Amino acid sequence: MKNYFMGLAVSALMVGAAAAEEMKLAVTTSFHNSGLSEILLPAIKEDLGLEVQLLVVGTGQALRLGAAGDVDAILVHSRKAEEAFLADGNGTHRREIMYNDFVFIGPVADTAGIKDAQTAAEALSQIAATEAIFVSRGDDSGTHKKELSLWSAAGQTVDDFGDWYRAVGAGMGAALNTAAGMDAYIIADRASWLNFHNKGGLSLLFSGDPVLFNQYAYIPVSPEKHTHVNKDAAQKLEDWLVSGRAKQLIDAYEINGEALFVFNAKE
Amino acid sequence: MTDIWSGLTQAFWLLATLDADLVEITLRSLKVTLSALAVASLIAFPLAALISVRRFRLRRFTISVLNALMGLPPVVVGLVVYVLLSRSGPFGVLGLLFTPTAMIIAQVIIVVPLIASIAHQSLRELWSDYHDLLISMNTTKRQRIQTLLWDGRRALLTAALAGFGRAIGEVGAIMIVGGNIDHATRVLTTAIALETGKGDFALALGLGFVLIAMALFVNLMIHWLSHTESEGRW
Amino acid sequence: MTMFPLIAKGATVRRRGKVLVGPVDLTLGQTGTTMVIGPNGAGKTTLLKLLHCIERMNGGTLDWACPVAEAQQRQAFVFQTPVMLRRNVRDNIAYPLLLTKTPRAEARARAEDWAGRVGLGDAVMRPAHLLSGGERQKLALARALIRAPEVLFLDEPCASLDGRATREIEEILLGVAARGTRIIMSTHNMGQAQRLGSEVIFVLGGRIHEYSPAQDFFAEPQTEQARAFLRGDIVE
Ligand SMILES: Nc1ncnc2c1ncn2[C@@H]1O[C@H](COP(=O)(O)OP(=O)(O)O)[C@@H](O)[C@H]1O
Ligand SMILES: [Mg+2]
Repeated sequence: MKNYFMGLAVSALMVGAAAAEEMKLAVTTSFHNSGLSEILLPAIKEDLGLEVQLLVVGTGQALRLGAAGDVDAILVHSRKAEEAFLADGNGTHRREIMYNDFVFIGPVADTAGIKDAQTAAEALSQIAATEAIFVSRGDDSGTHKKELSLWSAAGQTVDDFGDWYRAVGAGMGAALNTAAGMDAYIIADRASWLNFHNKGGLSLLFSGDPVLFNQYAYIPVSPEKHTHVNKDAAQKLEDWLVSGRAKQLIDAYEINGEALFVFNAKE
Repeated sequence: MTDIWSGLTQAFWLLATLDADLVEITLRSLKVTLSALAVASLIAFPLAALISVRRFRLRRFTISVLNALMGLPPVVVGLVVYVLLSRSGPFGVLGLLFTPTAMIIAQVIIVVPLIASIAHQSLRELWSDYHDLLISMNTTKRQRIQTLLWDGRRALLTAALAGFGRAIGEVGAIMIVGGNIDHATRVLTTAIALETGKGDFALALGLGFVLIAMALFVNLMIHWLSHTESEGRW
Repeated sequence: MTMFPLIAKGATVRRRGKVLVGPVDLTLGQTGTTMVIGPNGAGKTTLLKLLHCIERMNGGTLDWACPVAEAQQRQAFVFQTPVMLRRNVRDNIAYPLLLTKTPRAEARARAEDWAGRVGLGDAVMRPAHLLSGGERQKLALARALIRAPEVLFLDEPCASLDGRATREIEEILLGVAARGTRIIMSTHNMGQAQRLGSEVIFVLGGRIHEYSPAQDFFAEPQTEQARAFLRGDIVE
């Protein structure tokens, strides 16, 4: 019985043992849904011989995984939470890599008329004024936090909203599925939207306000707090992510002819 | 309806071309679930036999607990295993989180109560048949358990198959403890959840059909194997 | 070490506040074939199980001349409804040998031999649950005899059998008794009791009403109830 279990443990390790070195990186759903990882990971493997295992989770869980030492580094997009993470001594430092942006999605008919809004705040105010159905992630993710900050910037109090405001407590994909099913408005990152297959009667109605920019940052987990983390691999990955090779791949990444990310790492 | 149709076509093409990712994911699903099933059976069968033949004080209580645990939501199991295996948890040093082993552990916890409970129902019946004879032969507890397990093996197979069905289709717990890492812990169910999340219903359905086909295949295989065991025909 | 005598003093079996058997005062000797008779519900089955120490006692004492576990191992019990293990006939008969770590091949060979002796030679590979009532009794008998028990308990072994099957079983029992096995059995068949028995225990209302040599009992019962029972009247 014990031997059997040991055997399982060993064979379990063998699954990933093909690569010389591996590390675990927690990333957000929106990053993964963009499809960029499918470009970057093979390149990383080729250049560094490093197998990066992605844990695709919400920002909140990514931060927890880092704090618990269950991953070697995190790649997220929620500045305030990242700073709190560093302040608690969970990570060594924060390195900005790239940004993409959030977009407002809604029914093609645009009942709330946000298409011609000048700012994100104006668009949201119109949705609230017309009480058009709005789907919120409601899962404490980076996107959800962003949405909440946009509402308050627009002078709205989410807690006072009626039942046109639907907090679904789900990932980006599931939330988009829900919105498609209800012809509702929703805030999504551009990448998730472009890669989403079940668009139904939804379309992209508003984007471009600089407040919608979404900065991704890379944070290695503190090796002082968690001695077992693979800090060499985390360092190698960071060096690669800010390199010219990464810049070229990230800036060139497109879906349907649209660029998604802007590389902005500083050497 | 179009989704179902394109799902079927997708499933067909994935299978027909023996898509490398699909094969890998399917084999991992099988490996994780069959390992979990083996471990769970090693625990559940003797446990079921034990509570059938012994009248210990906590017997009723154990049975109730087993029955209650049968309805345990897998996500809760996943969460508990996650917390235990996390680097900051009590078993963190083992570094098992986000490995197939973690998924196996979670599945074992999920199916042991189910297997034990179903097995107990049939072994209890068998024991009431055998009781007088085995008592009169002055058998030891161990011999009684062995006899029940051997003579009840068909019923135990059914119990194990029920466990297989539950484990292979489970997603909540293994998503949490496995992390759905590509090429490491991604299995059919977590892949389905992922594709659904991307709104790619056709691919998700295709994978779903593969899952159903595999479950059917395993069931048929096991039944066929147990039928060819001529002596075991009872 | 001999198991005998068996000595019971005030042995009582009570279930749900009701006395099923007892108090039983009894001394059983080494030799003979004991027939336990009495009307339905008198407590014959319970008494046999009590003597074999598989019925929980609620009072009194019952002692074989050796420890209980050892006594049980040197005895065998054929139940009124024989227990069929979910195996074929051969493996059913071999079962007691496998418990005592006899090599499987040897156990099976001896089981096949015993199957032949009780007339189940053609059925060795048949699943036991397909046997008829008489065949089941024979299987149970072979399974009991394969361990060469010194004491053999049988609970109405011919209760549901026809004359021919009954005769076959009786012949086996006579042979076994001739080789020195102590038989203690219950029966409803007075002819059988006379053919096989050397002594009779007449049970009524859970008590041993009469215990005497078979000849005496059938020639001249001591009590009115026993006389009535032998006449075929209803006795309470
Ligand atoms: N476990 C039990 N609980 C209560 N009553 C029982 C139990 N077992 C047997 N009895 C009763 O005890 C009496 C004697 O039963 P038994 O020994 O089987 O009689 P016999 O074999 O002479 O027909 C019957 O009235 C029967 O109903
Ligand atoms: Mg009876």
